[in-house]
Amino acid sequence: MSDAATTNERPLADTTSSAARRIWPSAGQWLLGLGLVMLAALVLLTLLAPLIAPYDPSATSPNSLEGSSAQHWLGTDAIGRDVLSRILVGGRTTLFVTFTAVAFALLAGLVLGLVSGYVGGWVDEAIMRVLDVVFAFPVFLLAIAVVAALGPTVPNLILTIAIVYTPAMSRVVRAPVLSVKKWDHVEAARSIGMSELRIVIRHVLPMVVSPIVVATSLTLAQTIFTVTALSFLGLGPPPPDPNWGGMLADARQFMELAPLTVVGPAVAIVFATLTFIILANGLREVLDVGSSR
Amino acid sequence: MTADGPILSVRDLTARIVTRKQTVEAVKGITFDIKRGEAVGFIGESGCGKSVTARAIMRLAPEGMRVDLGGSVNFCGQDLLAVSETDMRNIRGRRIAMVFQDPMTSLNPVITVGAQIEDMLRRHTGLSGPAARERAIELLDQVGIPFPARRIDDYPHQFSGGMRQRALIAIAISCDPDLLIADEPTTALDVTVQAQILRLLLRLREERGMSLMLITHDFGVVAGMVERVNVMYGGRIVETAGIDEIFRAPSHEYTRALLDAVPRLHREGAEP
Repeated sequence: MSDAATTNERPLADTTSSAARRIWPSAGQWLLGLGLVMLAALVLLTLLAPLIAPYDPSATSPNSLEGSSAQHWLGTDAIGRDVLSRILVGGRTTLFVTFTAVAFALLAGLVLGLVSGYVGGWVDEAIMRVLDVVFAFPVFLLAIAVVAALGPTVPNLILTIAIVYTPAMSRVVRAPVLSVKKWDHVEAARSIGMSELRIVIRHVLPMVVSPIVVATSLTLAQTIFTVTALSFLGLGPPPPDPNWGGMLADARQFMELAPLTVVGPAVAIVFATLTFIILANGLREVLDVGSSR
Repeated sequence: MTADGPILSVRDLTARIVTRKQTVEAVKGITFDIKRGEAVGFIGESGCGKSVTARAIMRLAPEGMRVDLGGSVNFCGQDLLAVSETDMRNIRGRRIAMVFQDPMTSLNPVITVGAQIEDMLRRHTGLSGPAARERAIELLDQVGIPFPARRIDDYPHQFSGGMRQRALIAIAISCDPDLLIADEPTTALDVTVQAQILRLLLRLREERGMSLMLITHDFGVVAGMVERVNVMYGGRIVETAGIDEIFRAPSHEYTRALLDAVPRLHREGAEP
């Protein structure tokens, strides 16, 4: 029946049950949708920050530590700078560091994980043992050590965080490669004389994309936290450019006088972290990561 | 090389599979020839070394294992065991192509069938773009896929098992190989589809004059498909005979045992 019956019609199962399901998105689809909306808000607000921000984030004024008012929605900080403007503009630094660092970690993780998993043997052993050494340090301790050694600048912060998250990324890439490389279509590709590099790019990488996407989103959430924590400790981007962690550190001393100066950046950090966690969970459900194909 | 001399002549081929824990001699010195346009069957039970022999000719090793090869594999005057890996890559697919056992897993599930045929064409013939696409449609048509122009953009999961095997055969024959190695090409298919695939292989072989190395454990598959059969057991060829002889008068004990293992509708000797 195989050849004649399945010429052009779509499978019959499409009509009833799954169509009904399509009207109401699954829980995973809701999560993914919510995550995407939050991400869009985050990216738009920070990208357009210089246009939206009501004040120059570095402009001081005599009205320090004010509460919420029509002029300053979230009040002002210790030297009279507008908190809302600083959150919007500060998000640029924080998110820029986060995205760039994770992009580098992802790139390094892809290369190391693919090479390690696909080539195997002593190459695999060597790469994984080196990464294990990095992995053995607590993320935060390692980050503090590296930034302290290199000096707190934006490029150093990015480099540090990329180094810290590369081992985890490599492992996420390597694990599925180990099984995918044994699949028949990889051997079939080899049997038509395809080069190993092309096999990896065309026949192995696409099979391992889903877990990588989910892991990347989770790493973004963790990285926001690491970046702001490092900034909080004074290891972030140097002043006067605002960033969320630094704002929190500055405002901490005046918490009783002007609670909004703490609440503002804290909410921003939580919102950004939550965005990536929700996104990761939605992606995991929708991409079906974790269940076997 | 004469016109009807052997296109492939294997001498004393050995294959040792080396894993971390042990070394297994899967092929223990086998010798055979395949002539141009000839179809030769390799038959034997699981683990007798027939698939390893096929992979040895292609110099492919199962993933995660090293295979040490010995002896010689002379293909059109070239010892395949001596050529460089780069040259070997140009031979794989272009001169010697292979069809695998399981069509459900031998195609990349996330790339369209057409793109996978075009990959092969681009790799070996330099055809690309619309020309490659046209050729791919032609090939799908030749292997009996209905509405090839429409099906070319389908993904493998939209194909049935038999159609996927046809698509894999289309890939295998796309560069007009001199030798097609079919490793249990019908084992994973329904009986009716098996017959269609075998007829297709037979037709393509006749049209193109290519040699066929058919590996199977099923006497029903080799009958009517090949001229000669090599019976393998324990890494050795225990009997080589014409297809008629082997059914009429199997000389080796193991061949007889294999033949007896084929279920029959009526016993021999029941008729006068």
